[in-house]
Amino acid sequence: MDKIEILEGRKKQVFEKTKDTDAFDIKCETTSLSGSVSQRACVFCGSRVVLYPVADALHVVHGPIGCAAYTWDIRGAVSSGPELHRLSFSTDLQEMDVIYGGEKKLKASLGELIDQYKPKAAFIYSTCIIGLIGDDIDAVCKKISAEKGIPVLPVHSEGFKGTKKDGYKAACDALMKIVGTGSTEGIGKYSINILGEFNLAGEAWIIKDYYEQMGIEVVSTMTGDGRVDDIRRSHGASLNIVQCSGSMVRLAKMMEEKYGIPYLRVSYFGIEDMSKALYDVAAHFGDNPAILEAAKKVVSREVGELYPQLLEFRKALSGKKAAIYVGGAFKAFSLIKALASIDMDVVLAGSQTGNKDDYAGLKDMCDEGTIIVDDSNPVELSKFILEKEADLLIGGVKERPIAYKLGVGFCDHNHERKIPLAGFVGMLNFAKEVYQSVMSPVWQFAPRKGGGQL
Amino acid sequence: MKTAKTATQNACKLCNPLGACLAFKGIEKCVPFLHGSQGCATYIRRYLISHFKEPVDIASSNFNEDTAVFGGSHNLKLGLQNITKQYKPEVIGIATTCLSETIGDDVDMILREYTENADPNQPIPLMIHASTPSYQGSHIDGFHAALRATVEKLAEGGPKQNLLNLFPNMVSPADLRYLKEILENFSLPSVILPDYSETLDGGPWGEYHRIPKGGTPLNTILKCGTAAASIEFTSILAEDKSPAGYLEEKFGVPHYRFCLPIGIGQSDKFFELLERLSEKPMPERYEDERRRLVDAYADGHKYVFGKKAIVYGEEDLVIALTVFLREIGITPVLCVSGGKSGFLKKRLAELVPDLDNLGIQVRDGADFVDIEEEAKKHKPDLLIGNSKGFTMSRKNRIPMIRVGFPIHDRFGGQRLHHIGYRGTQELFDRIVNTVIEHRQNSSPIGYTYM
Repeated sequence: MDKIEILEGRKKQVFEKTKDTDAFDIKCETTSLSGSVSQRACVFCGSRVVLYPVADALHVVHGPIGCAAYTWDIRGAVSSGPELHRLSFSTDLQEMDVIYGGEKKLKASLGELIDQYKPKAAFIYSTCIIGLIGDDIDAVCKKISAEKGIPVLPVHSEGFKGTKKDGYKAACDALMKIVGTGSTEGIGKYSINILGEFNLAGEAWIIKDYYEQMGIEVVSTMTGDGRVDDIRRSHGASLNIVQCSGSMVRLAKMMEEKYGIPYLRVSYFGIEDMSKALYDVAAHFGDNPAILEAAKKVVSREVGELYPQLLEFRKALSGKKAAIYVGGAFKAFSLIKALASIDMDVVLAGSQTGNKDDYAGLKDMCDEGTIIVDDSNPVELSKFILEKEADLLIGGVKERPIAYKLGVGFCDHNHERKIPLAGFVGMLNFAKEVYQSVMSPVWQFAPRKGGGQL
Repeated sequence: MKTAKTATQNACKLCNPLGACLAFKGIEKCVPFLHGSQGCATYIRRYLISHFKEPVDIASSNFNEDTAVFGGSHNLKLGLQNITKQYKPEVIGIATTCLSETIGDDVDMILREYTENADPNQPIPLMIHASTPSYQGSHIDGFHAALRATVEKLAEGGPKQNLLNLFPNMVSPADLRYLKEILENFSLPSVILPDYSETLDGGPWGEYHRIPKGGTPLNTILKCGTAAASIEFTSILAEDKSPAGYLEEKFGVPHYRFCLPIGIGQSDKFFELLERLSEKPMPERYEDERRRLVDAYADGHKYVFGKKAIVYGEEDLVIALTVFLREIGITPVLCVSGGKSGFLKKRLAELVPDLDNLGIQVRDGADFVDIEEEAKKHKPDLLIGNSKGFTMSRKNRIPMIRVGFPIHDRFGGQRLHHIGYRGTQELFDRIVNTVIEHRQNSSPIGYTYM
């Protein structure tokens, strides 16, 4: 097979760190190149992933059936109570609706669904063609909201109107309409909202438990195991802590502006970042030294338990090479540190939606020879994996078959994971999963390990 | 509780472009290309990957706001250029989406312009365009539309030759391999379209295969119009949407329509036709398969007789499974599809004479909430259909037998057989075992012989 070239229109989005490259001008935050087979999704996807875990809200996708069908029960975001989020609702627009407008169908659908499921709120997602056929979903939402007495919130997530990041914004705007509508009575001084944590495999519960052990009250998690009533009163918290690559920084900023709630950016992946997430919050509540003491206790207990077990994996994985390609760049930072703690080298660090600062940060963290890439695709990823002789790829469902086809281990760090990777216990799970994939004897049969060239 | 009826809840169908992408994956050296938003390609890739466990590269023209206002011509052309450079395809299978259809892009004209203005020194892949707006029909319509567009674009006439066209419908890679083997054993030269038996279920790679090997070769599709006959496994597809229908109308290739050959009766009909077309008796190995199947029916009949099942999925699959289930004494109390060709009830009534006497309900255009309501009424012993019935299966504690597409919660969906004696055997074994397992698990006595 002939050599794989990077497409002309993509060259500025790929960067290899070398000894003498100071100039670092990676192109990013742009729409994907047509025909590049990007791994990205769309605006709708961005909104859907952020709002999806709100478990007592109705999520209605306004458009033809595909967008709802492909996002039915798509994430491992678990709920401790209601599970309305795991159902899929669509106005399933047909040709006549497209011609004559879908408002009538939306109205009827919403009325019936709200009567049947009695949700605490409803999110109405616009898909591509809603923007074209001119449905006034704001007006429909307002009318139904008045009729039914619950917030009915339009989410302007037409797929083509930007990138996944614009979908995050639309989701935050919808949430902001609920924030501040509940009573803050009884919320104490040492209280937080956990933002950008989606409770995949119960991760939010692990994090919440750490904070509660520190004597901190968690008012709401957005949106993991999310409840509308918690979000309504979330403006009563003293601090927002925001995880994930900026998907909810916008909400934190809006809450800061409107309610004067400061925010901290945190990550719960790896020992270093997890500990920092606890210490930073303790530092914020510096007037109460008991919180810091409690944080120290949590960290020393958890790390004490985790570390000896981690050493076993570290021994086996030492010197193995990892490639990272994730949705948000912020996660890549944590992963690089987490991989360092099991003595693995990073040969590729890429993301779908990183910005210039993110990539500059990645460049600084990585060793020479590491590839930094924005909005990559299967052809590029496989090229980098093979050229850099990676033993592991970290990504999501769409990246998995690339790794397996090439005889490379894989760790799913995306929305579908079923095992928690956040928190101290998550670090252990992560190490175990990486170990199980990288060290599996099955790779001996892969062509690249001499199992016969195909 | 009043049930909402206007909205679709837990859809029992997917959108039109998904089917087209799947069909295009079955053409040799072809890259599927969706003309629309980036999300369409990505969601469909993810959905197909979760079933096939293979890379599924689908290009997108990646609409943005300008594209939606000024038309998709620029993006489509740029996308074609880029995909040609990066994948070096011989064919690009272009399917539209609700977005490009709604803004009214004249894709054929754009493709003509692209070809006319292309660099003559660069190879131009053959471009097939299927119109697949998601606000019409469902994934199965996109599947057939892509194939119809393919033969319309490619098939040429000429003197008739010893060649059989087979349009197998949306079957598994394992089914496709079985069909290829059968036709080989009948020494029947054939065109099976599509053929994703290798492209979506292949071996490991030493380097990234931008287009996995396999698929129906272009030069054989060219010959479709000269074939002695076409067989298509569908009974609900309208003639004007059927690739075999086109070949008959345009080139006089007679076509035989069957429901998918599941069960002995339908498989016999298929094999009889092959005997006739090939003028050869059925190869001994299929006689053997049939004998073993008849024997298995005898061995397992008591476990299944009188059991009630709900069968759901694409209409053709539902029809075929229903015919098979009647053959082994299972009553499909509900035959249901998210698709809506308008022919489901009619065809079932033709193939299952006691349909009404048995009180078998037939519903099309239904979703999983409809199906679950019926399940509560009918209290079936079994659910037979794709993975998306799991929510209902778990909630109502009804054992489920996974068939068709998608199978997202089990391993090896791409390797399941459904059709012919071999597929029926596998299906029958699985159904009997599901009944046995259920009985064993719910018995207070730990039977070790069942």
